[in-house]
Amino acid sequence: MVPLHWYMVLSMTVFSIGVFGFLSRKNIIIIFMSIELMLNAVNINLIALSHYIQDMRGQILAFFVIAVAAAEAAIGLAIVIALFRNKATAHVDEVKEMRG
Amino acid sequence: MIQQLFFLYFAFAIVGISLLVVTRRNPVHSVLWMLLLFFHIASLYLFLNSEFMAAIQVIVYAGGILVLFLFVVLLMNIREELRISKFIGAAPTGFTFAVAILVLVLMSIRSFVAAPPGIYSIALIKQETHTKVLGKLLYTEFLYPFEVASLILLVAIIGAIVLAKRRLKP
Repeated sequence: MVPLHWYMVLSMTVFSIGVFGFLSRKNIIIIFMSIELMLNAVNINLIALSHYIQDMRGQILAFFVIAVAAAEAAIGLAIVIALFRNKATAHVDEVKEMRG
Repeated sequence: MIQQLFFLYFAFAIVGISLLVVTRRNPVHSVLWMLLLFFHIASLYLFLNSEFMAAIQVIVYAGGILVLFLFVVLLMNIREELRISKFIGAAPTGFTFAVAILVLVLMSIRSFVAAPPGIYSIALIKQETHTKVLGKLLYTEFLYPFEVASLILLVAIIGAIVLAKRRLKP
């Protein structure tokens, strides 16, 4: 039997890799992929907990997380396409109109 | 023992592949590594006796979201991407922040106490099948959040069309 803590350590490691990618990459598409990485890490944690404490509610929550991730990807990529059309760039450090 | 070996393989593969996703220079390679990552995570879900979530992971993430990412990646200029640096100037700050979050949460794991076990034991799920148990719960106890999720998807469709449309005619 695999201990529950191993799943939690795995999930947190993947989550912090996602945080690192989100905060330090230049390409906006890879930033969105880091968000998906973080959501997946949370899902691993939820499903492992749901299996170990024998309660299905964690898996229901993971189901909703997947639905919201799909919505977020659609909106995010639409924003990226709008950015391409207006600025012709995908690098977050070149988009600085809103900087004060 | 064999279970732990399998888990260790999947754990190290998932961590290694997610590092590759975050650090590749070419975005197409990142998307393809992410495909492999999603399949590994789906196998981890199978390992946790939740085959419906594994199927959803493959269908929605690998089949839906990643194809969307691949479409958008192919719109951009890969040649320019290969020339400039991958990280923004504040990358060391991001690295420090990520390591700090990891250390902080790993320290808090030691005080974790699991809740008392609920009624959905492995025997019950085996008897009723996983999809049926999940569906029953989703359409009775969680009906209202389910409807809210469908509304969120509708808003996402409309929002994506409005954002990606060329110009709204006056």
